[in-house]
Amino acid sequence: MLNAIDKKLLQEIAGLHSIPQGAYNLRKDGQAAGRNTTANIDIVNKTDKPGIDVMIKPGTKQESVHIPVILSQGMEDLVYNTFEIGENADVLIVAGCGIHNAGSEKAQHDGVHEFFVRKGAKVRYVEKHYGQGGGTGGRILNPKTIIEVEEDGVVELEMVQIKGVDATERDTLVRLHKNAHLIVTERLLTDQEQTAESKITVELLGENAAAKIVSRSVAKDDSRQVFHLNLLGYAKCRGHIQCDSIIMDNAKVSSIPEISAYHSDAELIHEAAIGRIASEQLLKLMTLGLTEEEAEETILQGFLK
Amino acid sequence: MLELKNISVKVTEDNKELQILKDINLQLEKKKIYVMTGPNGGGKSSIAKTIMGIYRPATGQILLDGVDITEKNISERAQMGIGYAFQQPPRFKGIRVRELLEIASGQEMDDDDCDVLYDVGLCTKDYLDREINAGFSGGELKRIEIATLLSRKLKVAVFDEPEAGIDLWSFQQLTETFQNIHQKYDTTLVIISHQERILRLAHEIIVIDQGRVREITSKEKFLAELEKIDTDCRCRDDCIKGDLANAECDR
Repeated sequence: MLNAIDKKLLQEIAGLHSIPQGAYNLRKDGQAAGRNTTANIDIVNKTDKPGIDVMIKPGTKQESVHIPVILSQGMEDLVYNTFEIGENADVLIVAGCGIHNAGSEKAQHDGVHEFFVRKGAKVRYVEKHYGQGGGTGGRILNPKTIIEVEEDGVVELEMVQIKGVDATERDTLVRLHKNAHLIVTERLLTDQEQTAESKITVELLGENAAAKIVSRSVAKDDSRQVFHLNLLGYAKCRGHIQCDSIIMDNAKVSSIPEISAYHSDAELIHEAAIGRIASEQLLKLMTLGLTEEEAEETILQGFLK
Repeated sequence: MLELKNISVKVTEDNKELQILKDINLQLEKKKIYVMTGPNGGGKSSIAKTIMGIYRPATGQILLDGVDITEKNISERAQMGIGYAFQQPPRFKGIRVRELLEIASGQEMDDDDCDVLYDVGLCTKDYLDREINAGFSGGELKRIEIATLLSRKLKVAVFDEPEAGIDLWSFQQLTETFQNIHQKYDTTLVIISHQERILRLAHEIIVIDQGRVREITSKEKFLAELEKIDTDCRCRDDCIKGDLANAECDR
């Protein structure tokens, strides 16, 4: 059974009010807490290590899989999940981890997600991280994501961490084959003493592979953020990174761009910017009747939307 | 009515104090259109910013309908019914036109309400859900800026060179809009402009130069002076004839 805290966590990370429709696997405090499979989507436990295999049949359309993880106490949890997305399938996968830590023990969830996106398949993968609870124990999330996208495959990756995670190290590797497309949208907010490091590496291996990464972040208080965004072009391909951060208070942000071309028809662009909120933006909203605090909040909310 | 009494404004630049406005006295009445003109750097935008509360006067008083608002901040003045359309409005990543208009009007936007954007020559359907980001041209940005003021019921509306970046068709629309709004809400309209067609809307023309009000005059008198300069002077850029030599002729 889900209690009120569990439901709040689920709402934050998956937009769910209760048990989701369709295929799902709910993991709570290191244990399986519910599962449903459908005719096209099967979920089985791994036999050699903790985690699950999610298998989506070729041609599956308009279906979704939810695999939320919630931690409601101090503990360390590690899972390995593998996703097999069959040829020409078109699915939504919603992952995400919510931590409620009211105690003094560390609550940590490390996940290794491996995706095989087969020919012509299309996947939207949403991963939200959220922490709450007033305890002194850390709320730590370290996801590692490896995505192999075969010919004509399309992957949209949404990675969002807006509140309450003390430390995160995010490592994402995507390998794009012929005509494969990738769009990454990253949204990150840190405050207090939080730290966040995001590493995204995209290998453009096949002809006409294309990748676009749009990363937006806000660093407040004494928090720290580091971004390593890296595109490698091995064929005629296109890649574009936009990395944009708003810095406030005593925060520190590093944005480390890297683009490498190993083919003369590779077109790679990296744009990175760090700056405070433009005073003209604050002034404009204040002249419309908002207070300075409301104006700041409005600008940040829009930026991270 | 908005009154500026003996207003002077100082700013600090490179550790030096500069007086940008000196002894400004203005009485701006309800339902009237005032066009402020004069040379670049003369202090027109500084007066606008002082009315809005962005600049704080070193001396003097500002009264709105008899109430002293000199110590009120920007947000308070906005809530009291003062609005200011920036000369160069900012872009907002992630904020849509709809949201900005909702903040401005304090009401939810009705998708069928085409009026506000129509008045600035934009199609509501095309623009309402667009983000105000780098995809907006300077002209589009100016129109949205003007629309945020039009969506409010203002006592005093100040427009800083509203015509910049507006094409001819929309310009006609815009002048009609200015003619209507000051009647609709009893608004005091202050427009900073060098455009003859805007000057022609004015009940009074205020010439600002070197941080002072140089002259408050009628449009007939002002335009007559301007015509004289036009006919006499073949190279407008450095025309230095007559009393109003500094009035720009960059049309």
